[in-house]
Amino acid sequence: MSVAVRPARRATGGGPAAAPERRRYDRREVLTAALLLLPSMAIFAVFAFYPLVRTFWLSVHANDLLGLPTRFVGLDQYVEFFSDPELRRITLTTAIFVVLTALPSVVIGVFLALTLQARIRGINVFRTLMSTPFGFSAAATAVVFAVFFNPAVGVFNGILRMVGLDSVNWLTDPTYALPSLAMVCVWSNIGYTLLVASAGLQGIPDELYEAARIDGAGRWTVVRKIVLPLLTPTMFFLTVIMTINSLQTFGEIHILTGGGPNGSTTTLVYGIYQSAFAYGGSNYGLASVQAVVLLLVVTAATWAQFRVLQRKVFYG
Amino acid sequence: MSGLRRVPAYLGLTVLTAIIVFPLYYAVAGSLMTDRELTTFPPALFPSGVTMQNYVDVLDAIPLVRQYANSIGVALVVVAGVLLTSLLSAYAFVFLRFPFKRTLFALFLLTIMVPGESLIIPNYLTISNLGLLDTFPALTLPFIAMGFGTFLLRQFFAAFPREIYEAARMDGCTHLRFMFSILTPLSRPALAALAIYAFIATYNKYFWPLLVTRTPEMQTLQIGLSQLQSLEAREPGLILAGVTLAIIPMLILIYFFQRNIIRGLTTGSGK
Repeated sequence: MSVAVRPARRATGGGPAAAPERRRYDRREVLTAALLLLPSMAIFAVFAFYPLVRTFWLSVHANDLLGLPTRFVGLDQYVEFFSDPELRRITLTTAIFVVLTALPSVVIGVFLALTLQARIRGINVFRTLMSTPFGFSAAATAVVFAVFFNPAVGVFNGILRMVGLDSVNWLTDPTYALPSLAMVCVWSNIGYTLLVASAGLQGIPDELYEAARIDGAGRWTVVRKIVLPLLTPTMFFLTVIMTINSLQTFGEIHILTGGGPNGSTTTLVYGIYQSAFAYGGSNYGLASVQAVVLLLVVTAATWAQFRVLQRKVFYG
Repeated sequence: MSGLRRVPAYLGLTVLTAIIVFPLYYAVAGSLMTDRELTTFPPALFPSGVTMQNYVDVLDAIPLVRQYANSIGVALVVVAGVLLTSLLSAYAFVFLRFPFKRTLFALFLLTIMVPGESLIIPNYLTISNLGLLDTFPALTLPFIAMGFGTFLLRQFFAAFPREIYEAARMDGCTHLRFMFSILTPLSRPALAALAIYAFIATYNKYFWPLLVTRTPEMQTLQIGLSQLQSLEAREPGLILAGVTLAIIPMLILIYFFQRNIIRGLTTGSGK
């Protein structure tokens, strides 16, 4: 995409044909544009630009118990966030959660989209049914899986016991809680990733398959040498979107683990919530530090996405 | 391919689909079972009879009908707001000449890149200071402009034949008339994709409504569902009934409007 402005051509007025290429702006046109942009800009000013500046500001100020900023402390709270053993863990937990969620979401989504390339009747029914998780909100997903995770009567432990394995405390064992959450999020993501990957696959011309087949390439070779390379932009897009998406995961954590046990599922977003709003705490300073860290990571990911698309670095 | 060679494909797809759809199946089947059935070992997968008791119970436990109306009402207001604000600003970016266009558009893109969770503290304080906690404006106002909406419509409008615009303007057609009687009808696919995208995004919101609502009557369905979770061990059937009710409109949307949704989803993915 590009943000280039269209060539300077005026629609109003209709002056002489030999008018110079760069003309001054038409006042009425500029005024119209201002009026048209005003509604969006007003909302953005109050709910995006102001809070953006305010979050940075809060992150360099200490606050009292009610959350009111008291004094400028520079980067002290950042240092605290990255050095305090309890807090430092949040960054690592977030990174692990993102890897455990984003990668499987993309890989499974692409795999499912490939299986949906089968040329059989009724394939659209399979595609539609497989996109089901996309219809589940975070809250709906979380409460259904809460029932599955129940240690005594849940389906997951039922399956484990049926094959002769020991029950697992999916959400209350610090070893399993984060992977369990990631599993829930992967399920809720694959509806989206398979739909996008399917759309990407449909953009690959049939002739390429035919040509490869005529040249005697096997099915797996076609996938590996033709389909996946052509799908690179889509997979890149999905990886970025899924990374951002898992960085922002909140509902599943809030409902299933509340950041526990022992903080083992407290990610950046959940850390913001806990510092600012949970347990009666109003530590807006520390919460804003985490908000800024989250912002930098997400913005970098989105920006990378835009840059790559702009340069059209396709077919890696 | 002969009919027989397709059997493995059907078999494989059926197994994969069954695994993926299982949570939906279990929510619906479980909502019709008694809690006794749901808490036996090994877990029951089919209801032995059909009971509607869970639906009765869930309607008692939370004001589900009211929360349903809240969720849908809030989502519709946001959709209307997003369509209008995005239409107006995308029009300006594509058809009008004005200074600082690139800078302003970059600001719109910035709002796409910044995660809402990072702005949630000042936004919460703003809503609180305005005395809007636990009101509908708290749930809608921050979302009625969407950078992504402008971005999506701008891409669509950019492909609009410039000649039509110029001819209409020559004939004395005003900007508003051109926008609503020529451009909008021809942009229906893009507007539909945006509307569905905004509806799903708003309907599924969790963090923000959790913060700005207090009373069950003002809460959205998602927050209501999360309140049910405390009952999970004792009354799984009730929870599953709540989930089943909550996901029906979404499933209808995604099953029937899949094409439009995919269009919205893949904007910016390089296609």
